[in-house]
Amino acid sequence: MTQSEAPQPDAMKQVPRVHVQCTLNGQATEFLVAPYQSLLETLRDVVGITGTKEGCNDGNCGACTVSLDGRIVDSCLVLGAEADDRTIDTIEGLAPPGGLHVLQQAFLEEAALQCGICTPGLLVAAKGLLDQEPHPDEQMIRQWLAGNLCRCTGYDKVVRAVQKAAEMQAR
Amino acid sequence: MATSTPTGSAESAERFSVLGTRPIRPDGVDKVIGRALFGADIKLPGLAYGAVLRSPHAHARILKVDPSRAEAVAGVLAVMTGDDMPTAKSEALELGEEVTDVKFSSERVMARAKAIYKGHPVAAVAAVDLNTAQEALKLIEVEYEPLRPMISLQDAMAADAEIIHDDLVGTHLGEKVPHTNIATHNRTEFGDPDAAFASSATVIERTYTISRAHQGYIEPQAATAVWDQDDRITVWTTSQGSFPIRTNLALVLLKSASSIRVVPTEVGGGFGGKNNIYLEPLAAILSRKCGKPVKMVMERKAVFEATGPGPGGQVTMKMGVDENGVITAAAADIRYGAGAYPGSSIGAATTCILASYKIPNVRIDAYDVVTNMSKTAAYRAPGSPQATFATESLVSELCEQIGMSSIDFHLLNAVEEGDRRADGPVYPRIGLKQVLQTLKDSEHYNSKLEPVGPDGKLRGRGMASGFWAGIGNRSSVNMSVNNDGVVAILEGNADLNGSRVSLGMQAAEALGIAASDVNVSIGDTDSVGFNDITAGSRTTYATGAAIIKAAGLIVDELKARAAALWETDAGSVEFADGAFTNKKAPEQRLTFKEAAAKLERADEAIAVTGTVNMRGSGGGSFAAHLVDVEVDPDTGKASILRYTAVQDAGKAVHPAYVEGQMQGGAAQGVGWALNEEYYTSPDGVMQNSSFLDYRMPTALDLPMIETIIVEVPNSNHPFGVRGIGETGIVPPAPAIANAIHDAIGMRMYQTPMNPGRILQALKDKRNAAS
Repeated sequence: MTQSEAPQPDAMKQVPRVHVQCTLNGQATEFLVAPYQSLLETLRDVVGITGTKEGCNDGNCGACTVSLDGRIVDSCLVLGAEADDRTIDTIEGLAPPGGLHVLQQAFLEEAALQCGICTPGLLVAAKGLLDQEPHPDEQMIRQWLAGNLCRCTGYDKVVRAVQKAAEMQAR
Repeated sequence: MATSTPTGSAESAERFSVLGTRPIRPDGVDKVIGRALFGADIKLPGLAYGAVLRSPHAHARILKVDPSRAEAVAGVLAVMTGDDMPTAKSEALELGEEVTDVKFSSERVMARAKAIYKGHPVAAVAAVDLNTAQEALKLIEVEYEPLRPMISLQDAMAADAEIIHDDLVGTHLGEKVPHTNIATHNRTEFGDPDAAFASSATVIERTYTISRAHQGYIEPQAATAVWDQDDRITVWTTSQGSFPIRTNLALVLLKSASSIRVVPTEVGGGFGGKNNIYLEPLAAILSRKCGKPVKMVMERKAVFEATGPGPGGQVTMKMGVDENGVITAAAADIRYGAGAYPGSSIGAATTCILASYKIPNVRIDAYDVVTNMSKTAAYRAPGSPQATFATESLVSELCEQIGMSSIDFHLLNAVEEGDRRADGPVYPRIGLKQVLQTLKDSEHYNSKLEPVGPDGKLRGRGMASGFWAGIGNRSSVNMSVNNDGVVAILEGNADLNGSRVSLGMQAAEALGIAASDVNVSIGDTDSVGFNDITAGSRTTYATGAAIIKAAGLIVDELKARAAALWETDAGSVEFADGAFTNKKAPEQRLTFKEAAAKLERADEAIAVTGTVNMRGSGGGSFAAHLVDVEVDPDTGKASILRYTAVQDAGKAVHPAYVEGQMQGGAAQGVGWALNEEYYTSPDGVMQNSSFLDYRMPTALDLPMIETIIVEVPNSNHPFGVRGIGETGIVPPAPAIANAIHDAIGMRMYQTPMNPGRILQALKDKRNAAS
């Protein structure tokens, strides 16, 4: 049986790709995505940047957190096609050229990461918090980060790192 | 509350210049900027994507698998079924903290005649993209004949149980017993417990049920395999042990270990759950069939259903004491659900269940029972949390009966160096008494807790001790010196949590250089000698010892070269405080850096190998935890108000990472105590296979976790280091059960102690009172 005669369930037929133009980490970026591809899959497999992680693919762990028009979202719950004409910021855009963001520096100093898989999501979420509230207390930090699961740290050093970053930023 | 500095001896603080400091881990930058490559981040040219078709039945004969419609689809590159798996013979397979059998390992990763757990792979597809692979799975036709699933321990152990493995011969107290789901029944006995119970002042016996719980690593299993035209296999995998994975793969694929190269990626959490193979053999076979690299990533649902969680089970504990509260005897019955293949952690459970206590008369019966759920795997101190839940809950109830405080009972009966551990071995130097005393002296222990909070919630406090023996085993590292004095180490242990920095620090300590002058990288199975798994609390301890050994060889080599330079004999060259001196002419002195620059010869590198088999761990690590909880009597929800973890680290290499292990273990224990379980239907299907319903602690569920590190040096390590990574998960559940009892006056005999169960306990209390 030749390829053209092979059985093709509807899903297999080549669906028209969607053309997306967006601002990604401050750069004008364009790509083609299938309509069913999530923003998470788009970033990792179409654009090719893998800092944003997949933990569950159903919006329950926060490992895929990115900022969409300044608002933190689970990128596994957003379609790649929805990025059109929007601004996306991922972990790759957090550090200034040649340096580290205060949050990244604080995470290193406070040993707020162990395996590191949840770290990109936590950092993007924490930046979202500090952008909104530069002086959060412990309870606010915990509430804001409740959507980012970490299995290694028990969150103690993560909270301390965010507190330290807030202080560093205030100086 | 700040974490306190390690309470070691003053002598210990003076003795070390690098150990005990807190340098920033050198691999940390890659992880905070998103550059570090985890399993699913691996990309190769021409990559194909694999997907797995899994059995919807927990127990079924597989009558037919027809992949022909899938094979014919455009974009599908290869399809495999059980027919593509080599026929493996039965042979024991030791994976460090997990024991299995090669035939079972082979059948577990791809079913043959039977599917014996929901999620059991029955076929796999490789295609040009993931979506094509997933759609093609739907075209594979499988015919099943469902069988009665054995899900509960009671069903699996019953006389009329459906036998899961026709060829399994159980070993029951040394006798071979065919036609059973009880793979093993072991008994450990010393003295005469029944006679001792009969003459004890107080005897108490209770039965506890502990839930099956998943390690919950955030990163799913991921593997990329190339089976090339030279018949060599290369696998990039997110596993905890490249060498045991290589051994496992070789035995299952019927290839020599040397023809397989396993490359460890960064690992996004393991906790024991990534010691075993899952996707690797499937990716390899698909790669051979299609001639391309094949990448496979497990879906979260499959991670819950089809990888190995820690076993649930039932533990009955009986303990007797004399009129002074001294333990006279103890008897335990441990039954764990192994899942579809034998090998749950009943051995380690037997080691740990009574490890904190001097018990002159003891009997421990342990049963490993096969059920129609995925095979269990090691989960942080495997077997100990479940068993210790029973012991420490019972001790609390016993203390209430005899009117003694829990901490004093622990101190009175605590094991010390020279005592027999309940299961037989004699303890070398250990730190249990120091840990208990430290908890008793802590600010938390001596603080007041009101029985009722300002909003009417009920408050209580509980404590528990815990133990994990740990392993030592084999490590091998390569160490070389650059001409700027920076030392390069190539080691073979996947870094789960920051071990690279603690290993580098031990080299720096041994060589008298700064931690920042050591580079640690992790090699694949072709680049270093055999290394056992990154598990069993062994890496900082055993690989550290290998590094210290290599450092000694480097020093010897540099001494010989300095002697040649100074025209004296090597015996006259001394190395102390990071410098080489000529004893015969002390003005002749070279620091390590100067020596590296001056003594490096163009034709001969300064490079050595350090290889060890540490065998045992040197005694193990004890912990004691204290927790304050608050129970909402209207909802049944228990919250953690305050938590203190005390643990013996021997010598804390990098205190922040010791604290991190203590805190992470405590958090997992809290989750197991309050929410985590496999909510399974009678036909063996997990109902809560997502992070939404398999409820692990979030940042809102925990307070700051106070840690106090005790240092009683390990007599089996040059710097006194103990493996500490696992013990932290052992005390939380019983400490919380004891705290809930203190709060509401009812004992909890089951995990998780979720709101529904606490409400039931409150209701039972009201009914009993009326």
